[in-house]
Amino acid sequence: MTNPYRTQNIAFFFLFLATLLIVVPVGLILVVIIQKGLPAINWQFLSDMPRQGMRAGGIFPAIVGTVYLVSGAIIFALPIGLMAAIYLSEYAKDNVLTRIIKLAIVNLAGVPSVVYGLFGLALFVIFFKFGSSILAGSLTLGIMILPIIITTSREALESVPYSFREVSWSLGASKWQTIRHIVLPNAIPGILTGTILGLGRAAGETAPILFTVAAFYLPQLPKSIFNQAMALPYHLYVISTQVPNVDEKIRYGTALVLLVLVLFMNLVAIIIRYQFRKKKKW
Amino acid sequence: MVAFDIKDLNIWFGRIQALKSVDMQIRRNEILSVIGPANSGKTTFLRMLNRLNELQLNFEMSGRVELEGRDIISMDTELLRRKVGMVFALPAPLPLSIFDNIAYGARMHGINDGKGFKEIVERSLKQAYLWDEVKDRLNTSAFKLSGGQQQRLCIARTLAVEPEVILFDEPCSGLDPISTAKVEEAMLKLKADYTIVLVTNNVKQAARVGDMTAFFLSGELIELDKTDIIFTTPHDERTDGYIRGKFG
Amino acid sequence: MRKVKEFIIEKLILICGLASIFFVILIFLFLLKEGLAVFKTVSPFAFLFGKSWYPISEPARLGILPLILGSLIVTLGAAVISVPIGVACAVYIAEVAPAKIKEVLKSGIELLAAIPSVVLGFIGMVTLVPWVKHVFNLPTGLTALTGSIMLAFMAMPTIVSIAEDALYSVPRVYKEGALALGATHWQTIHRVLLPAASSGILAAVMLGIGRVIGETMAVMMITGNAALMPHSILQPVRTLTATIAAEMGEAVVGSEHYFALFAIGIVLFVISFAVNVTADLFLHRRKI
Repeated sequence: MTNPYRTQNIAFFFLFLATLLIVVPVGLILVVIIQKGLPAINWQFLSDMPRQGMRAGGIFPAIVGTVYLVSGAIIFALPIGLMAAIYLSEYAKDNVLTRIIKLAIVNLAGVPSVVYGLFGLALFVIFFKFGSSILAGSLTLGIMILPIIITTSREALESVPYSFREVSWSLGASKWQTIRHIVLPNAIPGILTGTILGLGRAAGETAPILFTVAAFYLPQLPKSIFNQAMALPYHLYVISTQVPNVDEKIRYGTALVLLVLVLFMNLVAIIIRYQFRKKKKW
Repeated sequence: MVAFDIKDLNIWFGRIQALKSVDMQIRRNEILSVIGPANSGKTTFLRMLNRLNELQLNFEMSGRVELEGRDIISMDTELLRRKVGMVFALPAPLPLSIFDNIAYGARMHGINDGKGFKEIVERSLKQAYLWDEVKDRLNTSAFKLSGGQQQRLCIARTLAVEPEVILFDEPCSGLDPISTAKVEEAMLKLKADYTIVLVTNNVKQAARVGDMTAFFLSGELIELDKTDIIFTTPHDERTDGYIRGKFG
Repeated sequence: MRKVKEFIIEKLILICGLASIFFVILIFLFLLKEGLAVFKTVSPFAFLFGKSWYPISEPARLGILPLILGSLIVTLGAAVISVPIGVACAVYIAEVAPAKIKEVLKSGIELLAAIPSVVLGFIGMVTLVPWVKHVFNLPTGLTALTGSIMLAFMAMPTIVSIAEDALYSVPRVYKEGALALGATHWQTIHRVLLPAASSGILAAVMLGIGRVIGETMAVMMITGNAALMPHSILQPVRTLTATIAAEMGEAVVGSEHYFALFAIGIVLFVISFAVNVTADLFLHRRKI
């Protein structure tokens, strides 16, 4: 009869191996991108327009475009998402409607990003006649990150102790007053975390912007929200697959900039969450 | 002379009936102690008086409750809860400074003393016998106070909105004897200006503090009378049994 | 006056609460609006089961079976790789890993979740593709297998974190009871904890697979984009998602091709809807 402890050791070894199989490549990917991308990074790369059909010069318009798109997305998604979260946390009753709303959120979160692109094309670009524009792209990205904002904001709101609400109501404050003065202010760190995570997600997505805003190359920066824009993820895609003979370090450099941008936002969100947990007053 | 007039009050939560045909009156400027074992309905009764019950699932009621002659159901809840304040069992400061805790209710109702709430805060803290202990640190967090101090803070907070009635829901259950004594002392002084309803599991406290005492059992009001009578010669043998500690 | 303001605000809150339902319906409606038109030229049956996808030939051949199979092969391949490794990793992190490494591991996996798919596609292009080509001696490394490997990788964070949650929520008494009876830790894990967490783990797998089915960029960059009926995992394929992304740029608005791409969008939407609803049911069943 085999020694069960021996079996355990073998099993645990394989479990460990499986874990390494996931975690080690992550580290390797980061190392490779940093190693090969760093040589390309200099002020010129970040602030210059692309030249020679993207083979030289910088990625400034892509950075700017990404900033515009992400800002637009959050302007749309934050108010609606926060209010939806307030509804779910403070007003919704335990009934079928609430269940359906939650199911809808789960679904929105699961819709493939390219389908969002199709939707954005059909609704914003064509039906509303915004054309391929920052407006169309931002709105599409906004709807895409709505589930993230709603879910994290709701968790933040629900983590405010119920007793605070009860006290406020018993003093004669209305439901909305209680939300505005007690619940919301104490949920802000969590809401902020969710917002930044949403921003990070919006910054990295390519498919939703393919047909709604992204341009291969623009000679100038966009001047209005009805203009097209370049964007980092699309730029990386284009110089990796559509443009031959791009210097390797430019490709890695672009990947590095995008990666740093996204990871930085995630890091900030995590730090906020951590600080908040430490400093919680109750 | 009558603060609350309660007629044939029944309360259900879903299919469970929490209160059955309660008829009683609560007189002004008196302390009513409400006693009874667990699940007797005493807390449900208390929370009816400021309509806090309505926030629970599947709440239904029948009957009539009047405050100073007005039906509390047809009254605006915010106005009712300003007139009928509540102090909870576990001290529940808001995550604000001491000053802002007291001023909170006043801010929400738009009650202003023209001095940035300073007068209201000082007056309320004095009424709750807490002013001397905190007057130098009004801007510190309320969580830094001891349990007994926090509870007196909650009393002051309720007083700041100028109520007529104050409900106490087992206010000393989390407190040490000295803090308990301070809260009881505050209650006795407050009855001159307010009507007080105290729900308590501590039968001796009920006897010390109440002018009238009501005994609830299984959702019914068994007996309501002057405290001396309830504690010496109660009419109902169940009242007698509970007070002697035979059950509950 | 304040009451009026509050009434308006509370109505706005309600409207936003309903927003998510509104958007789901809106998305579906617009997909239908543009996608159903394709069924004027081709029957649903021929669309779903037709073996040839030549949308720009005259006459256009609009059968998406090669694309469905492409998605299927890549997804199944990813599942085969990611499920055992992902669940194993979840078990390791939840039960075996020492506390200090646990946080590092969890951060590492969260990091993976944050990497944009176009970056992973790029890395896949420059590392995995040549590797697969070399190891399997193929004319090109752009294959379904390459896609499966990368997608398995991308599904891991979902699978690991939800499976981990499932394991954590198994009541402690189960574990303590088994250990008290003399079972080893490993025996407790595979005979008690895993079965008890099974519906949550199943949900984790489904959500991970759901993520894989919907993946576009990484797939587009490393699976080769050959819209032909696949015969093996070692050849280039085209997925449903990549088709839309790659061809929408060329399709004229209002053309048959355009409608067909939207029809593919309908298929994707329905699949992800089904997967998400089912996974959600599993998660809720477990919580009760």
